[in-house]
Order: sequence, then C-alpha cells, then structure tokens
Amino acid sequence: MKTDPEKAVRELLDGQSLAVLATQGGGQPYTSLVAFCPSRDLKNILFATTRSTRKYANLSEQPRVALLVDNRGNKASDFLDAMAVTALGLARELEGEEEAGFRKIYLEKHPHLVDFISSPDCALFAVRVSKLYMVSRFQNVIVMELES
Amino acid sequence: MKSIYLLDEISVKQVPEVGGKAASLAEMKRKGLPVPDAVCIPRQVYDRYVDMTGLRGRIFLELGRKDFSQMRWEEMWDASLRIRNMFLTTPLPEKIERDLAGPLETRFGGNPLAVRSSAPGEDAAGTSFAGLHESYLNVRGLDAVLDHVRKVWASLWADGALLYRKELGLDIRKSAMAVVIQEIVAGECSGVIFCKNPLDETRAVLESVWGLNQGLVDGVVEPDRWILDRKTGEILSHAAPSRTEHMICKPEGVDLVPLPPQNALSPPLSDQDIARVFSLAMKAERIFEAPQDVEWTIRDEALFLLQSRPITTGKGEEGGDKKSWYLSLRRSFQNLKALGKKIEGTLIPAMIREADELAALDPASLDDKQLSVEIEKRVKILKKWTDVYWDEFIPFAHGARLFGQVYNDVMRPEDPHEFIDLLGGGKMTGMERNRDLENLAGMIRGDSTLREALEAGDLDGADPSFQEALESFISRYADYSYAGDRSFQNRKTLLAFLLRAASVSREKRFDPKETEEKRERFLSCFEGEKRSEMIELLKLARTSYRLRDDDNIYLGRIEGRLEGALEEATKRLRNRWGDLDGVAPGEIARALRDPRYFPRPGAKEDKTGKETRIRTRQVRGQPAGPGIATGIARVIGKPADLFEFQGGEILVCDAIDPNMTFAVPLASAIVERRGGMLIHGAIIAREYGLPCVTGVPDATRLIRTGDRVTVDGHLGLVILRGN
Repeated sequence: MKTDPEKAVRELLDGQSLAVLATQGGGQPYTSLVAFCPSRDLKNILFATTRSTRKYANLSEQPRVALLVDNRGNKASDFLDAMAVTALGLARELEGEEEAGFRKIYLEKHPHLVDFISSPDCALFAVRVSKLYMVSRFQNVIVMELES
Repeated sequence: MKSIYLLDEISVKQVPEVGGKAASLAEMKRKGLPVPDAVCIPRQVYDRYVDMTGLRGRIFLELGRKDFSQMRWEEMWDASLRIRNMFLTTPLPEKIERDLAGPLETRFGGNPLAVRSSAPGEDAAGTSFAGLHESYLNVRGLDAVLDHVRKVWASLWADGALLYRKELGLDIRKSAMAVVIQEIVAGECSGVIFCKNPLDETRAVLESVWGLNQGLVDGVVEPDRWILDRKTGEILSHAAPSRTEHMICKPEGVDLVPLPPQNALSPPLSDQDIARVFSLAMKAERIFEAPQDVEWTIRDEALFLLQSRPITTGKGEEGGDKKSWYLSLRRSFQNLKALGKKIEGTLIPAMIREADELAALDPASLDDKQLSVEIEKRVKILKKWTDVYWDEFIPFAHGARLFGQVYNDVMRPEDPHEFIDLLGGGKMTGMERNRDLENLAGMIRGDSTLREALEAGDLDGADPSFQEALESFISRYADYSYAGDRSFQNRKTLLAFLLRAASVSREKRFDPKETEEKRERFLSCFEGEKRSEMIELLKLARTSYRLRDDDNIYLGRIEGRLEGALEEATKRLRNRWGDLDGVAPGEIARALRDPRYFPRPGAKEDKTGKETRIRTRQVRGQPAGPGIATGIARVIGKPADLFEFQGGEILVCDAIDPNMTFAVPLASAIVERRGGMLIHGAIIAREYGLPCVTGVPDATRLIRTGDRVTVDGHLGLVILRGN
C-alpha cells in the first residue's frame, strides 16, 4: 500500500487552518502563526496580515519565506501519525483582480475572517511555492519541486 | 488511582482496566469457586510507566518506521525485540515501585508466584490472545516479580501479538496491559477442560498432564484426553499418550523432567477427579453464561481453577485467522532442535536436488505443449517449497531469536542485537570464496612490484606464486555462477576487481578472542545443568543463524527456474499476443496449449512519469549495523555491477545473497530493500562493522548509481543527497 504524496499534502493543507510562517528581518528569522489557505493547484499559499506587523516589515525587506503546516495532536502517537509540510517560496502582496480572486478562495476556508481581511490595513499575500518538503513517520522526507 | 486491586475489589465492569483474566478470576472467587489468591496491576500502571519513562513515544517511533502492511515478518520480530529490550533496560520509576512493593509484600511475602498477562481486549468475543502474551511461573521475591511485570508488559508488543492485532485491525495506540500476580499452586497434575467441543456441541473435552499446566499449554507434554458427555459428564472415550515427561517447579522457574515410572503408567486423573473437574467447569460456564475453556490444577486432592475464559469459535482457521501460525513462531527448544535436524538433513538437500533437476532441463528444448506442462509443474513445485518455507524455515529462524531473548534477559545489553556477535563464525555459504579472494587481494596489497605489474596488465611478469594462486582460484571456482554470470573465469575482470579490493583494507570486526570472551561472560551467568542447556541453546541458535537466509536463496533458485520457463514461453507468445508482463503463469501455460486462447492480462505497474518531480530526501528503514557513512551509491541490478564495484561505494540492493558478498569488503555501507536483522546483508555488514540499513522500501528504485547517499546505521536512516 502506498500513499500518494501529492494527495497527502493536499489533505494536510486542506485540513489545517493555521501555519507557522517564517520571515526574516536583518538576518534574524522570525516566526508567526497565520491562517492560511492553499490555492487549488498547490502552487500558491495565501495568508493575510495587517501592514503594521513585524512580519509585514520583514516581507517588504525579504520576500523569501518558509511555511510549516502539521497535524500534530500533542500526543505520544504523533511520532507514529503526525505529518508536516514545509513550503519554500516567494511571498508577494496581492493586488487588483488577482487579489479579488484569491480573497474569495481564502474566505471560503476562513469565513470568520471576513472583517479582518476587509479592514483597510490588511494585506493578502500569496506565497509562490517552489518546493514542498513532506515529513511523515518522524523521519521520512520527500521533496516535491513545483517550479519548472 | 489504585495501583493494585485485590480480587475482591474487582467488579465485572472493570474489564477495561484489569483485563478479562483478572475479571474472571474475581468473579469465580465471588461465586465461591476455588481460585488461588491473586492481585491485579491494572492497565493504568502500565500507562503511567510508559508515560513517565518516555517509553510510549519510543514504542511509537519504533513501530512507525513504515506502514505495518509493508513490514516483513522479520522486521516485525526485530521491532519487537528492540521494544522488549526497552522494557528490560527501563526500570520502574521509584514512585510506581513504592506503590506496588508494599501491597505485594503484605499479600504474598516470599511465596512463589505466577506473573500473567491480562490485556484488556484479550479474550474478547471472537478474538483470543491466549498464548500470544507472556506468563511466567514460579517467580520469587519482590525484585524478580517486578522485573517479570515489565516482561509481561513488553509481551504486549511481541511479534505474534502485533501480527494478530494487525490482522484484527486493533489500534496499537490504545493497547495496554494489566498483570495478574497469582500465588502458584504446584499441582501434582493439571489440565484444561473445554466445556463444549467446538467440533461436537454435545461433548466436552478434558486434557490432563502430570505436573504443571505449562507443559500442556506450551505443547511440550502430550496430555491424556477424555471426551465427556456435556449433559451428564459421562466419560465417552479416553486417549492415553506415552507419558514420558512433566513440567515441575524448580527453585526458580520451571523445568521439563522425566516422569517417575509409577506416574508414567497411570493417567493423571481418576474417574472421580474427572467428575469433579467437569462439575466445577460447568459451574464456571453457568457463572459466565457461556461455554468456558478452564485451566485447573490438583494439589493434595484439592482442585483449583487457575483461569477461565470463553471458548472462541467461529473465527477459526477457515475464517482466515492466522493466529495458529503466529503461535507457531514461539517454539520450544526441543521442538526447534528437531526442526533443525529436519531442515538441515532433509529439507534443504531436497530443495537443492529439486532446483538442480529443474536446472538440468532447458525450457528452450521443449515444444509448446511440453513447456506448458513444465510451467504448471514448476508452479506446483514452487508452491510446495513456499509452504515449507512458511511452515518450517521461518519458525526455525526463531532459534536465533530464542537465544537473543535469553541473552538480553540476562545481559541487558545497550545494543539489543549484541547477541548476534556470538552467532557468527560458522561456515556460511560463500565465506570461503570471499576469504580466498581476500588472500589474493592481500598478496597485491603487500607487494608494490606485483601491484605495478598487474596495473600494467603484465600478468606474466607477476610473481609466480601469485600466478599460481590465481590459477588455483579460477579452477577452484570453475562451477561458480551467479545468475548465469561467470566473471570469475575472466582473468581481466577478476584482476581489475582484485586491484580495487587491494586498495581497500577492511579487517573483520570480529576478533574470535573477543567473541569467546563475550560467550564466556554470558555462560558464566549459569551453573551446572542450566549452563549445559545454554551451551545447547547457543549451538541451536548458531545453526539457525547459519541456515537463516540460505532457505531464501534456494527458494530463489526454484523461483528462478519457473521464471526461466515463463521467459521462454512469453518469447514464443509475443508474436501472437504481444507483451505478457504480469500475466499469471497458469494463463501463459494455457495460451501455450491453446493457440486461440487469449491470456487474461495481469495488473500492470503504473509506469506514468508522474513521480519525476517528487523525490525522496530521507527514508527510514531498520538499523541493522551501527555506524554512519557517506558515499556514492552503486545499485546492484545484475552480477556485472558487482565487478564494477569501487572501494568506498555504498552497496544498494534488493536482497544480498551469499553469491554477492565478495564485493562487501569494498563497500563503506549497505542498504537493502529486504528488512531484518538476520538476513545475509545485515549479517555480513555486522561482520565487517559496516553501517547497514535494511527494509528500505523501493531502495533500488529510489536510489540510483552515482547518487550521494548517507547511511545512518544507528537510526536506520538513508539520506539522499542528490548526485
């Protein structure tokens, strides 16, 4: 029995609502928890932030980011069952038509964030994913290249 | 939360905490049936132990290496062995020990005790773990009792129990174990009664042996057997075995000893005894409102019920329940000895004979009809030997493990596979040839003139003694062929290989003196008769280890002969039906006979290139030889690949067989798709002290020759660094 890695990644990204976003400012890594949403083709991962945050400042300085999504349950059996996906890519702030399209997708997953995302200071970002690392069974790692 | 329950304190509702065995003992006691005094350590204590010590996570890590369905039975064994060692080397936290020590001392003092498994979920309707978990008899003293409690807990993860749980689809995340500690009643005779014969509902079956019940339950003493009328208890028939031995208590543990002559002549039970046992068993049946399987013993005329559980039927063997096979994996020493003799003396020679006979017949020389008959014949032969493999060879491999278990119990080593060091040194297939090759390489290594001459391709100018040794090697191994490859007969190929082997000097890790010391250290833990027994066990384990995997090779040969015939057939059928990859042999045979028959296609492998952009970065297998090495991979697909082997490369293969081992001294690590500690790859890696990871799914597909690879033999990891 083999699991299809792409399917497993999709299920994990669909099933989780929060991701750890890693940005950097002045060479210093910085992590934050963000409500995220993958695009249907897994090529983009969306998240929103207000513009006064440290992560926004970091993103303006350095758009290269990593995102971590996992399904741990804080139990011993995590070492048996938990899966984690690390996505590497470039983050860009969305605008115009593109923003409107992605906003719809984002709100389908996080309808309760409608006020947050509509506030004037809030920016919607898309991370263009270049690589996905999937870790399962504690130490099995596969890499998926998304850019041609 | 209570750490210990007395029988009187256990209610029927507590089965999830105390397990079926403890709950039924409590119920019998409440209803006035004679049961020995006992207490129960509920599952919560197990949970506390594995949580406080971090064992729970370690167990999950061990079992999470790969999907259960992808694990070979050998890998299951190894995982189970490692987990057992975790329990052996992880003491009880002081708090738990204090909670248990007081009540146990008050209750039992220094009395001899039985420490038995009582896993919640065990013996539930339709399932029976009877015999898959451990029980220990005649344990004396608090320390020993607590030690055995850990062993019983560990048996929750015994391979047989794991396999059975997998088959039943039980969730290993929820597994836990309660333990019954019971005063031992060393009866003069004992037995088991089935209130209802699963084969004939109007009968009951009573079995009895002299001495302890262990002899009967473990299947080493053949019992007297009575068939009784279930309604009246009337004796309908009696079958008497030849009574020769019985199991008795020794100062510590139990032992199988010859039966005194007067007992050998008479059955253990009188007609009155039979009536008493029957009547008590029926009482138990009324209490539990279901036909019971009751263990009992008689001491000084007093009858005791040791345990009672519902008879499990319906899910028998015809239902695909393989429990009896899992149970067969736990063999007694006696049983294994007989099995070893049969395998070495009869089965393997017969297998070789059959393989040779098949090899003598060239499929190309047959017409279509004959070839069709030949294919069907070979399918049957392969099936026969595959059955033998499962029924005889695999259980015999348990000899090495049985020794490992005893070794780990006594020595409690850091490395749960240390015992393997004591098993090597025997003559394994291919070892002699490897030594002869190494001697030749050694001559080159020690003589730069010789080396230069050979490098210049000037064999005639080489030292005459080397020339002589080389010629003698070539003629000695004239018959050698590995999958049809005869490269040893080719001087050029052989010399190129020897020159490379000469540039690597790899000493065998094992120093016979060190092994001898280890052996002595182990044996010094035993005295007198027990010591001789251990010497015997070690001998058995060495045979089991030596034969281990040879069976795979001989089976492989027979399989190869079927493949050969099929290849010839598909070649002939290709014009008619095209590619016949994956088509069943029976279909091919039929298509050969009947030109109009279109063979039904088999399941085709998905060959779409979808995976190209997904690659594996790191994969978990089984740690089979400690150490870490990074190097360039050489994936062995055909014999010629071995002769290409460069010093320091990492050998990646599907399964190493003894014919391949000559290249191992050049390798810096071994990666094998097949899993297990007792397979050739792991054995030889250990001998050379090479890092080794086995059980790597799809190893030869994931890794390509030329890839840079790191092998972590401590954790069982292979890291692919790209090329």
